Amino acid sequence: MHPVLFIVFLPLLAAIIAGLGGRWIGKTAAKTVTTGALFIGAILSWPIFFQYINGNAEPMVVPVLTWIRSGTLSVDWALRVDSLTAVMLVVVTTVSSLVHLYSWGYMEEDPGQPRFFAYLSLFSFAMLMLVTADSLIQMFFGWEGVGLASYLLIGFWYYKPSANAAALKAFVVNRVGDFGFSLGIFGTFLVFGTVSIPAILHAAPGMAGSTISFAGMHVQTMTLLCLLLFVGAMGKSAQLPLHTWLPDAMEGPTPVSALIHAATMVTAGVFMVCRLSPMFETSPTAMHTVTWVGAITCFFAATVGCAQNDIKRVIAYSTCSQLGYMFFAAGVGAYGAAMFHLFTHAFFKALLFLGAGSVIHAMHHEQDMRYYGALRKEIPITFWVMVIGTLAITGVGVEVTGIGGLGFAGFWSKDSIIQSAWVSGSVAGTFAFWIGVLVALMTSFYSWRLVFMTFFGPPRWAASEHIQHALHGDHDEPSQEHGDSAHDPHHVATGSGGYHPHESPLTILVPIVLLAIGAVFAGQLFHGIFVGPDTAPSYWSGIIAFSREMGEAIESSALWVKLSPTIAMLLGLWIAWNNYVRDPGAAGRFVATFPAVYQFVANKWYFDELYDAIFVRPALWLGRLFWKGGDEGTIDRFGPHGAAYAVGIGNRVTYRLQSGYLYSYALVMLLGLIGAATWAIWWAQ
Amino acid sequence: MIGLGSYLTVAAILFTIGVLGIFLNRRNVILMLMAIELILLAVNINLVAFSAYLGDLTGQVLAMFVLTVAAAEAAIGLAILVIFFRRRGSIAVDDVNRMRG
Repeated sequence: MHPVLFIVFLPLLAAIIAGLGGRWIGKTAAKTVTTGALFIGAILSWPIFFQYINGNAEPMVVPVLTWIRSGTLSVDWALRVDSLTAVMLVVVTTVSSLVHLYSWGYMEEDPGQPRFFAYLSLFSFAMLMLVTADSLIQMFFGWEGVGLASYLLIGFWYYKPSANAAALKAFVVNRVGDFGFSLGIFGTFLVFGTVSIPAILHAAPGMAGSTISFAGMHVQTMTLLCLLLFVGAMGKSAQLPLHTWLPDAMEGPTPVSALIHAATMVTAGVFMVCRLSPMFETSPTAMHTVTWVGAITCFFAATVGCAQNDIKRVIAYSTCSQLGYMFFAAGVGAYGAAMFHLFTHAFFKALLFLGAGSVIHAMHHEQDMRYYGALRKEIPITFWVMVIGTLAITGVGVEVTGIGGLGFAGFWSKDSIIQSAWVSGSVAGTFAFWIGVLVALMTSFYSWRLVFMTFFGPPRWAASEHIQHALHGDHDEPSQEHGDSAHDPHHVATGSGGYHPHESPLTILVPIVLLAIGAVFAGQLFHGIFVGPDTAPSYWSGIIAFSREMGEAIESSALWVKLSPTIAMLLGLWIAWNNYVRDPGAAGRFVATFPAVYQFVANKWYFDELYDAIFVRPALWLGRLFWKGGDEGTIDRFGPHGAAYAVGIGNRVTYRLQSGYLYSYALVMLLGLIGAATWAIWWAQ
Repeated sequence: MIGLGSYLTVAAILFTIGVLGIFLNRRNVILMLMAIELILLAVNINLVAFSAYLGDLTGQVLAMFVLTVAAAEAAIGLAILVIFFRRRGSIAVDDVNRMRG
């Protein structure tokens, strides 16, 4: 049996055991089973990855079951393993297993732990199903599976109305994307007569230039299919304009944010575009659209991230922005760079989230960075891994002749993306390049802002309600009152208030230290196989459309192009240091000088308000119209209610006839008799 | 000699008085019983008149039966009336509406 079978199905088995049997086997057993399944998966995944790196393995398909046989549609459950899947297997199982372990510590006080771990394992299974999909239908199965798990986990604390609303929002917004995705699958089947991914990719170049009738217009077949599929990717990967669910998804427990809403699920869209890259290559229009959407999302999310105060929301917008990087990399044809950033991002973003979780743990569930400060001495390990994560995401590194360079993970992947955008030469690519450099500055700014606000400066803990609760022994239910809504934003007192943050337990520290190692070395070790012009073509070997020319052009591009992301990064670091360490009032003065800019950015460009006005309110109005006017006013009024009313009127008439007086009955009898007699005499003859 | 028409006229008048006695009487159940007796008598007069007119004794035999039945009916009616009065303390027709749903 191929190890991938164990990798994929052990989490499912563990989810069933922990989810259905958690009540009987107890929480420790449930946690052990699920965590063990994922660690086995991780241990089995890395050798597969190394086999592909060493060129010892060919792409293969492991059949599982026959699924659908209907006419020309034939779909099997089959697990596809190739170099692209190997990357995703490593990412998913590694991050998932570490998050499982982390949750032992983070969720320790929670009463619903078996359920939590069952959901996590269910998610892992669905995600693994997605990345090993051999057909679009199976990919869609995994796609919906991760959506379901995401819904369940965002709403894990189901007694919080905000968590339920966020879960619903994630589900509904993803439905929009999934509608596009399913239309894309239908269209693909219509055009190619198959849903098998290799067959589609084989046939795709032949369809370039053909047209198809859609919604009354003649459009390019491949452009239409790619754009429909990309709508699905936009929903799942939180790209503009379907990004609104991702920041709200932070209502879920922090390990969930790290696993699902940073490292794995949200990258499914990028994975899908890379998986179908030969298809996207046939449509320049679709590629340009991907580039534009990615670049604009990248910029938008970075601006919003600069003005958020909730530590998890900063990282959430950062995720959204980094996904934009991946998409515009894919859009300019640098699929290797997109996958590379997906790979490194999984490590450092999971690290940042889990580190933020450790800070939140230490600060008694306070998430607002305005109530942090001076934590570097109190929780030193968390501080150092957060710094490593920040160095990785901002892309710290230097070019070194001979070995190419020396740097943290983000240095390799992000710079590779930015340079790819430059050498692509198209208008969209050049735009994406400048956006990429600008966003590198903003990434550096908001990441360091997070570190400076959290770990430096004077302690500002006293004003926090959560800290107050902790100090006065007034222990809430864990996790109640999360979020940034409960505070008065203008009043920030300083002082520790006598509170002593405590470093997190080992189950929390071990995963983040392991991820920190990944964040340091993932770029340095693996850049060759992902984007190196010499080694990457043999690694990808036609699985994704890898352009060797682009890789060589990057190597020989101008020095200022290579240095610009680093310069932007240093500038962002300087601005953050200047505004939050050297002169802590500078940020406030900036806000006071440009209040409109601040309001616009802090309110997330008013996207939620816009959608509320365009979609939510009209939908409610329409619903109320059909409810009050259609159902109650028409159907009920003339249907059940009307019939009952008519019967009532009839009753009132017959009720009067039945007076109970003998003489009136006798009169009726007489009249009847006369009538009958008259009829008998005059007509019956 | 009084003709058949006169008998029938008297019978019709009695019958009408009986019917109206049932419907217009709002006071007394005894009056209602008496009105029923009147109706039966009107029928009896018809029977006897036709019997004499046709020379057929069957009609007179039938009249004897009707008288018997009428006597029995009056006895039962009065008995019910007495019990009714005991229970309700009234024999006014307007109070007799227990059959109302």
